[in-house]
Amino acid sequence: MTETLAETTAEAEEQLPEFPMPRAAGCPFDPPPTTRALHTERPVTRVRLWDGSAPWLVTGYADQRALLSDPRVSAEATLPGYPHASAGVRENAKQRRSFLTMDDPEHARIRRMVTGPFAIKRIEALRPEIQKITDDLIDAMLAGPTPVDLVHALALPLPSLVICKLLGVPYEDHDFFQRNSSVLINRHSSVEDMVGANEALTDYLEGLVTAKLADPADDMLSELAGRVRAGELTQRDAANMGVLLLVAGHETTANMIALGTVALLENPDQLAVLRETDDPKAVARAVEELLRYLTIVHNGRRRVALEDIEIGGETIRAGDGIIVYTGTGNWDAEVFPEPERLDIGRDARRHIAFGFGVHQCLGQPLARLELQVVYGTLYRRIPTLRLATGIDQLPFKDDGFVYGVYELPVTWTS
Amino acid sequence: MSGAGGGAGSGEDKGVTMRVEVDVPKCVASGQCVMIAPDVFDQREEDGIVVLLDERPASELHADVRESAVVCPAAAIRVVEK
Ligand code: HEM
Ligand code: SF4
Repeated sequence: MTETLAETTAEAEEQLPEFPMPRAAGCPFDPPPTTRALHTERPVTRVRLWDGSAPWLVTGYADQRALLSDPRVSAEATLPGYPHASAGVRENAKQRRSFLTMDDPEHARIRRMVTGPFAIKRIEALRPEIQKITDDLIDAMLAGPTPVDLVHALALPLPSLVICKLLGVPYEDHDFFQRNSSVLINRHSSVEDMVGANEALTDYLEGLVTAKLADPADDMLSELAGRVRAGELTQRDAANMGVLLLVAGHETTANMIALGTVALLENPDQLAVLRETDDPKAVARAVEELLRYLTIVHNGRRRVALEDIEIGGETIRAGDGIIVYTGTGNWDAEVFPEPERLDIGRDARRHIAFGFGVHQCLGQPLARLELQVVYGTLYRRIPTLRLATGIDQLPFKDDGFVYGVYELPVTWTS
Repeated sequence: MSGAGGGAGSGEDKGVTMRVEVDVPKCVASGQCVMIAPDVFDQREEDGIVVLLDERPASELHADVRESAVVCPAAAIRVVEK
């Protein structure tokens, strides 16, 4: 009897769908069709990961918000059962500890050391400077030859310049940190490369923190160095936070700029509305809708249950891994009618593209400001902007934890 | 499902009194409430933690305050209406 039961379970487990699931050819903006189908059929269900483990995949908006704000759900990546995204990520989780993978109260204590500079009003004060950087980068594009790769001309330099300035990282080192960041956010990176990139970045940031201890400036790394001196943080902790802020601070927004542009070029009626408005509120609304529609952080929020949890008719057991795929939550028709339609006029503020719960994105005010400036400027200054290649030729980042395009060749009529 | 359902239009709020409470220790300084209802919420300069500016907001602000409570990632905003 027991044997039969075990056999049936083993058999059932073999048929679990693999995660992550592929997007459909020709539909680069849609969440993977199999993940969407699970949302309708089994919104809380088991999936198979690269290492054979079988965490829960949660695909509906309400369940996702409930779990991400549930104190019985942990983000602690060193706990058994935590669903790692790759062998390299698992290896790095043993060493690197930033507040991204800590639970409260430790998470809150450390996060609060860096929340001040991201407050709405302090970020809003950067608007003129971010506008200036954007204008300068667009001037350079217009002065140069076409076609041009928008990723390297605008999408990547803008957020990199801004986060470097905030942190106190020399922008001249951008080749170094952009290269290592791109290794860290690729699920196909080997364990060796992943560990190497993490070490290189952490050593680099630790060097900067040491320099700021001796010679502080008006930037976030100097503030962290002050905390090291006060005994609130070790030098390595400060470096780990620096890595998190530097990587999260440029890769994400860069992908939103480039992929958002592709989405708008594919929806010319929406692009026209954005190009013709000078209402900052309309631009801000468009930013929220593009965040929802694209949900670029598409590897799933990874968690582990600390206690048994009843949800969606299933029981998640203590120690089970949980993956919250916000891409389908943001396409949940109960919350966002006709979710497959990019509609920059809709009120999309309830999206969870920045996550939900205590780990919700720290940098969201900065990301929003950068996107408002770029989306509000680029298409007005270059009204004939268009792809210089077919959309099916674009190298989409299906292998990245953050979705986007590696290159975006564009051109215009001068 | 607290996440869905539309907020009531501001027109029907005349005569309704609203009291707002914030649970400061829960706040994660996301800034969402300040973005949506800047007349009602602010943030501390040093750490971005929520500051309640207006405990009894006027009726035309009610819809924004309700929306702030819905999007607050930390469930730190409570709205009592009578
Ligand atoms: C469009 C751009 C961005 C998107 C879509 C995005 C998305 C996210 C998401 C989904 C999370 C939640 C992680 C989780 O729950 O496991 C997160 C956390 C975080 N983000 Fe962002 N992010 C963006 C820009 C930024 C920027 C500009 C910074 C800046 C400095 C930043 C810094 C962080 C940090 C530090 C965390 C960890 C917060 C915590 O664990 O408490 N992000 N982000
Ligand atoms: S929305 Fe919630 S978490 Fe964010 S600042 Fe306001 S009270 Fe704090």
